[in-house]
Amino acid sequence: MSSVAAQDHRPAAAPAAPAPPPPRRGLGRKQREWIAAGLFLAPDAIGLTLFVAIPMVLSILLSFFQVSGFGSYEWIGLGNYERMMNDPLFWDSMKVTGLYVVILVPVLFCVSLGLGLLVKQKLPGMGAYRTALFLPYVVSLVVVGVLWKFLLDEQVGAVNRAMRAIGLEGESWLGDPTLALGCVIAVMVWVMMGYYMIIFLAGLQEIPKEYYEAAKIDGAGPWTTFRTITWPLLRPTSFFVLLMSTVAAITGGLDLIFVLTNGGPANGTSLAIFYIYQQAFGFGEYGYASAMGSFLVLIMVLCSAVIFKLTRGGRFDDGE
Amino acid sequence: MASEVNAVGGRRLFSGRVGLTALAAFAAVISILPVLWMVSAAFKTRSTVTDGNLIPTEFTIQNFVYVFTEVPFVRYLWNSFFISAVITIAALLFHSMAAYALARLRFPGREKIFMAIFSTLLVTAPVVLIPLFIVARELGLLDSYAGLIIPAIFNAFGIFLLRQFYLGLPKELEEAAVLDGCGHWRVYWNIVLPMSRPILSALAVFFFLANWNAFVWPQVATSDQSLTVVQLGIASFQTQYLSNWNYILAAATVAALPMLALFFTFQRQIVDSIKTSGMK
Repeated sequence: MSSVAAQDHRPAAAPAAPAPPPPRRGLGRKQREWIAAGLFLAPDAIGLTLFVAIPMVLSILLSFFQVSGFGSYEWIGLGNYERMMNDPLFWDSMKVTGLYVVILVPVLFCVSLGLGLLVKQKLPGMGAYRTALFLPYVVSLVVVGVLWKFLLDEQVGAVNRAMRAIGLEGESWLGDPTLALGCVIAVMVWVMMGYYMIIFLAGLQEIPKEYYEAAKIDGAGPWTTFRTITWPLLRPTSFFVLLMSTVAAITGGLDLIFVLTNGGPANGTSLAIFYIYQQAFGFGEYGYASAMGSFLVLIMVLCSAVIFKLTRGGRFDDGE
Repeated sequence: MASEVNAVGGRRLFSGRVGLTALAAFAAVISILPVLWMVSAAFKTRSTVTDGNLIPTEFTIQNFVYVFTEVPFVRYLWNSFFISAVITIAALLFHSMAAYALARLRFPGREKIFMAIFSTLLVTAPVVLIPLFIVARELGLLDSYAGLIIPAIFNAFGIFLLRQFYLGLPKELEEAAVLDGCGHWRVYWNIVLPMSRPILSALAVFFFLANWNAFVWPQVATSDQSLTVVQLGIASFQTQYLSNWNYILAAATVAALPMLALFFTFQRQIVDSIKTSGMK
């Protein structure tokens, strides 16, 4: 339509504030590019603002309000946080969460890394094994919950059946608080190990083969090779997996808990995120739940910072 | 078996390879056995469902008939399919548009906008569940398809991956098109979008999978029976039919089967998109 100043190849140096759009005929190439960029970005920018950024801010704001029924808000300052400090059920749920994270994250890390190392080997049928190991990940956590509830059933479950067949006593897997938490962790490892295995595999395949060939020539055994080549060069991947799985462990798993244990028995699997959910959508305590949620985010950020610090952000350069 | 691996001369002992293969096979069996168990139980009768056999002794499809006739399961499946499909298409369109602008167009504040979008990656869905619910309520989105679809479209993950992809595309074709007088929309639609087919298909499978499997947001955002998605349907079905495992597992199998089919068809795309997500 209008003439295009195609010869204008200067980099955009962000000049003065964008002038009000002049008549379309006079638009330069640069202005048209700005407008195009604005239009291209608009849907996602609006959506992310409305459904991610605003809720994030709102979450903190809400924590200072007492929300009752539909749409009545009363400012109570730090009231919700005071209540949180004195709520034994919340701290119990934090303890459960702590235990859950501290066991789940390292176990998942080791299992996935082990599987990644294993499926990297050129062995007969490895393609099929990879597929099989990844398969649980595509099944929804609701179905996973239903399925394991069936397998872990005290009377008729396949797990107890198998244990009795080899002469062991069956356990009340989901009837004992500690065992139930263990089951939730084991099921989560079973679901997620294939996903992190693939990420580890991708990281392992990035490591140049020459290093391994050199190590072989030097006569290094598998453990030495792992310790001196694989482990240090895998650092960015390890960092990524550690961070992702920790964040997911602190704030995720809601679906599985719902179906598999519903927080029980005796709140033994009532993760903080589950307790928060119950307070909000079970009892309509949106303000109180938001305070606990904000606290949980704080914990999550702190954990991420610690992981960042410990792994130096996954960079290779270590001074050892 | 690691000690049996003899590295000298690059030759591994036969027993080491056998050991590793056995280990891989064992892990693979552990991984799929529960899923096979579910599928098998779905074909068993009420009296044999808990008999502990992997192969059904009395084979029946009556459980599926029951699930589809006694429960509006077709409706659940349709809702899930419709919602996941619309979210996937909208997300691919919006994310690729945004990513194209961030990777290719020059405008003031580009890096800042990118960082702002990138930082929303840190906000995980469960954490903003409560305020999101309130925003959706204020916008009148509760108990509607729009409420199930719109909030689920937006996530920075897709924008991030697509931007990385566009940064790696050669610029020559676009520049030629611009010289020919093509507008930015036509460059995007006719040149960039067709070139990004591989990554779009990988993301499509991933988005569809994630939304088909979603449970928490649909549970919060809907109470209307006609909007029930399949995961919600399963969850309430299993509380209603407590120990009728044959029915429950048939329903669970029906919910899982489309994703298993999708997985076997698009395995490479799924694996590729996970691999790229792990790298910077």
